Amino acid sequence: MSFLGKLSIESVPYHEPIIMVTLAVIAVVGTAIALLITKYKQWGTLWNDWITSVDHKHLGIMYIVLAMVMLLRGFADAIMMRTQLAVATDGAPGYLPPEHYDQIFTAHGVIMIIFMAMPFMIGLMNIVLPLQIGARDVAYPFLNNLSFWLTAGGAILINISLGLGEFAKTGWVAYPPIAGLELSPGVGVDYYIWALQISGLGTLLTAVNFLVTVFKMRAPGMKLMQMPIFTWTCTWANILIAASFPILTAVLAMLTLDRYLDFHFFTNEAGGNSMMYINLFWAWGHPEVYILVLPAFGIFSEVISTFTAKRLFGYTSMVYASGAIAILGFVVWLHHFFTMGSSANVNAFFGIMTMVIAVPTGVKLFNWLFTMYRGRLVLSVPVLWALGFMVTFTIGGMTGVLLAIPGADYVLHNSLFLIAHFHNTIIGGAVFGYLAGFAFWFPKAMGFKLDERTGKAAFWCWQIGFMMAFLPLYVLGFLGMTRRLNHTNNPDWNLWLYIAAVGAFVIALGIFFQLLQLYISFKNKDKLDDTTGDPWNGHTLEWSTASPPQFYNFANIPHIKDIDAWTDTKERGDSYQKPEKYAPIHMPKNTSAGVFMSMSFTVMGFALIWHIWWLAAVGLIAGIGVFIKRCYTSDVDYYVQVDEIEKIEHAHLAANAKGASV
Amino acid sequence: MSIRNLFKLTFTTIVLMLAGCSGGVLDPKGQVGVDEKNLIILCTILMLIVVIPVIVLTLYFAWKYRASRDFEIYTPKWAHSTKIEALVWSVPVLIIIALGVITWRSTQALDPYAPLEGKGEHLTVEVVSLDWKWLFIYPEQGIATVNELVFPANKPIAFKITSENAMNSFFIPQLGSQIYSMAGMETKLHLIANEPGTFKGISSNYSGAGFSGMKFDAIATPTEADFDDWVQKVKQEDTVLTSGTYKELAEHHPVTYYGDVSDGLFHEILMKYMKDHGSMDFYSKPNNAATGMKKAMPDMHKGHHEEVNE
Repeated sequence: MSFLGKLSIESVPYHEPIIMVTLAVIAVVGTAIALLITKYKQWGTLWNDWITSVDHKHLGIMYIVLAMVMLLRGFADAIMMRTQLAVATDGAPGYLPPEHYDQIFTAHGVIMIIFMAMPFMIGLMNIVLPLQIGARDVAYPFLNNLSFWLTAGGAILINISLGLGEFAKTGWVAYPPIAGLELSPGVGVDYYIWALQISGLGTLLTAVNFLVTVFKMRAPGMKLMQMPIFTWTCTWANILIAASFPILTAVLAMLTLDRYLDFHFFTNEAGGNSMMYINLFWAWGHPEVYILVLPAFGIFSEVISTFTAKRLFGYTSMVYASGAIAILGFVVWLHHFFTMGSSANVNAFFGIMTMVIAVPTGVKLFNWLFTMYRGRLVLSVPVLWALGFMVTFTIGGMTGVLLAIPGADYVLHNSLFLIAHFHNTIIGGAVFGYLAGFAFWFPKAMGFKLDERTGKAAFWCWQIGFMMAFLPLYVLGFLGMTRRLNHTNNPDWNLWLYIAAVGAFVIALGIFFQLLQLYISFKNKDKLDDTTGDPWNGHTLEWSTASPPQFYNFANIPHIKDIDAWTDTKERGDSYQKPEKYAPIHMPKNTSAGVFMSMSFTVMGFALIWHIWWLAAVGLIAGIGVFIKRCYTSDVDYYVQVDEIEKIEHAHLAANAKGASV
Repeated sequence: MSIRNLFKLTFTTIVLMLAGCSGGVLDPKGQVGVDEKNLIILCTILMLIVVIPVIVLTLYFAWKYRASRDFEIYTPKWAHSTKIEALVWSVPVLIIIALGVITWRSTQALDPYAPLEGKGEHLTVEVVSLDWKWLFIYPEQGIATVNELVFPANKPIAFKITSENAMNSFFIPQLGSQIYSMAGMETKLHLIANEPGTFKGISSNYSGAGFSGMKFDAIATPTEADFDDWVQKVKQEDTVLTSGTYKELAEHHPVTYYGDVSDGLFHEILMKYMKDHGSMDFYSKPNNAATGMKKAMPDMHKGHHEEVNE
C-alpha cells in the first residue's frame, strides 16, 4: 500500500471536459470570493462572527447558505439529466455516457435530500425555534456549531468527489449488491458512505440538541400545547431524526464492514442478504421524508395564519395530526419494495398503513383551508408558496396513495410515475415550504425584507416549471418508462421528455429570479429595512425581537399565556414596554472546537475513502483530541452587562415608538 | 405553419397520446394488467372525491378572503369548530376505509406469487437476469433463450426468477406486475397474455452501466401449436447451454437460442453463492430441477418468499 493509498494523479478525471470546466468555474468563483473577502478585510469577521459562532441565528444562516449552494449543484445535475434524456431519444446515446450519467443521478438525489433539503430545514429551525419558545439559545450551543460543521464536512466530501475519483453509480439508495465491493470497486460508494455518516452524525446531534431545547428551555408559562405550530412540527421531525438516523448509521456501518473488512451482511455470497439493507435503509428513508416535510407543514401553518391575520384553525388537530404522521412514518417502509416478493398479507398491511397517513395529512389541508376561511389573506410571496403547495401537494398525495396500493405499485414501481410523485411531495411539499419560510423569516434573520416582484416571478417560474417538468413524468410512467434510464428508444415518449426538459429550464429561471431577488434586496436594503422587527404583524415571539434579533434574543424572558404569544401581548397593550430593570445575561462564548473537530473527522473520512490509513488515524486522533481539549476548557461563557443590554433594548424600543407615531 | 396550427397540432397529439397511452400500463394486453389498470382508475376516482374539493376550495378561499375584499366577514379569533373538525377527520377516514378494503382484496387477488385461477395449466419459465440481459430457461421443453421470451397467448405462465448478480426487476408493462430478481433467491410471478402480440420487456430496477439496454421482446404466439413450432425450431439449434456456456454469456448479448439446456441449471445459478458454504443435501442439484424444487429446498432457504403460497 502506497503512502497515498489508492489516490494518484489518475484519480483526477481530466479527460472529462464537463467536469474540468465545472472545476474551473468553481476555482474562479472561489478565488473571486476569497479576493473580495481579503479586499474588504472580512476574514476576521468571517472567523469570529460566523465560523466559530455558537449563535443559533448565525448557524441557521450558514445552514441556509450551504443549502443554497448545494441547491445550485444538485440543480445542475437535474438540468444535465433532463437535457440528456431530451437528446438521447430514438436510440441516440446523448452526451452523457452511463459512466458519468449514473454518478449524476446518484449525486442529485443525495445532494438534494441530505445537503439541500436537510440543511435548509435545519437552518430555518435554527433561526426560528429558540425565538419562538422564548429561549436565548439552544440547549447546547457548542454542539449546534459542531453539528453544522459536521453537515458541512459531509458536503465537502461529496464535492471533492467531483474532482477526485468518482461518486457512487448506484442511485441515491446505494442498494447492494451493486453498492458492494464486487460491482462498485471504486471510491464512489465510499464517498457516499462517509459523506452520509459524517453529516448524519451532525443531524442526529441537532435533533438531540433541539429536543432538549424544546423540553427544557421554553419560556415560563408555555405549556407543550402552547408551543407555536412550527416548533411542534420541528419537534416531531426531531423525534423522527433521533429515532431513525441511528438506523442509517448502522446500515451504512454494515455496508462499510462489507466493503472494507470483507464482511457479508449484504453480499450475495456466504449468506449475506441485500434485502436486509433495503429494509433497513427505508426504515430510515421513509421517516426521513417526513422529517423533511413536517417542518414545512409547520411553516405553512405559520404563514397562512399570519397573512390571514387569524388564529390557526384546529391547532390541537394539527399537533396530533403531525404526531400521527410521525409515528405512522415508521410502519410504512416496506411500500418502497412491494415488488420484492413479500406475501400478499404483508404487502396489504404496509399499503393500508401508508394510506392511513393520508388521513392526518388531509386533515391538515382542511385546517389550512379553514384558517383562510373568513380571514384577510394578503397574497404575499410566502402565501403564494403556501397556495402553490396546497394545490401541488394534494396531487402528490393522491399519487402517493395510489402507489401505496400494491396492485397499482406492481406496474408503477420504479417508473417515472414514482419520480413524479416524490418530486411532487418533496418539491411541492418540503421545498415550497422552505421557500415560503425563507421569504417569511428573511427579514427576521437579516433585518430587511425581500423584494416582492422578483419573489413573485420566482414563485411563478417554479410553479409553472414544476408542472411542466413533472406532470409529463406521470404520463411517461403510465407509458412504461422506468427510472434511471440513460437513453430511450420509444417515439411515444419523446414529446413528454421534451416538455419535461423545458420545464426544468423554467425552474432554472425561477432560481435565477431568486438570486436576482437576493441581489436587488441587498442593494435596496435601506428601503426594505425592517425597523420594527414585526413586519407582518406576527403571532409568535420571534416577531417581538428586533430584526435581526438581539444576540441574546430576549433581554427579559417573556411569560406566556397563549399559543399566539406575541399577538396576545400586543392585544393586552404590553408590547414594547420597558421593563423595570435588566439583569446580566449569561451567554456562551464562541469556539473554534467545532470546526476543528469536524474538519478532522472530514479528513478521516477522506483518508478512509482513499485507504490512506495513517491519515485516517491522524484525523480520528485529532478530532478526539480537540474534543478532549474542549471538555477541559472552562472558559466557555460570559455575562452581557446591563449597560450593554440597555443600549440595545433602548434602540429596539425607540424604533417601535417611532414606528407607532408615524 | 402558423403558430396556431402548431398549437392545435400539439394539443391534438397530447389528447391522442393520453387517450391511447399505447404500449404502456394503461394499454394492458394481459388479465393481470387489465385488473391493475381498473384498480388504478377506481382508486383515482375515489381519491378525487377529496382532492378536487381541496384544490377548488384552496383557490376559492384564497380569492374570496383576500385582504382587498374587506366587506367579507372577518373572524380573527375563530379557530375551532367541532362540526368542521369532525367532518375533516371523518371524510378522509371513510375514503381510506374504502380504499383499505379495496387494497386488502386486490392485493390478495393480484398476488404475483399466486398461480392464475381458472386459467388452466401454467407454462414454467425460469428467468435469470444477467449483466445486462435476460436468460429464459424452459425446463419442460429443455431449451433456453436470451433476450427473447416466447409463449402462447391465453396460457398462464409461471415465472421463477433469480439473478446472476445485481438486482433487477422483471417487468413486461403491458402484461402487468413486476417482481425483483435477486441473486441467491428465487422470486415468482404469474402472468398471462390475453391476445397474441409482441410486448416490450424491461428491467425496471437500475443495475449498472448497461441497464438501459436490458430489454427483451415478449412474444405471445396466437396458438399453442405456434408455440410448439417455435420450440421445435429452437431445438434445431445445436447450441447447448451448460454451466460452461452460461459463464460465457457476454455483455449485450443478441437474441440467442439454445437447442438444449442442462438439467437443473437454474437451480445451480440460484445456489451458486451457497455452494462453498456447507455440504448439506439440499445444496446439490435435484433430480428434476424444474419440478422438484419444492422438495429439494426446505423452507429455511426460501425464506418469507414462499410462506403464503405453499
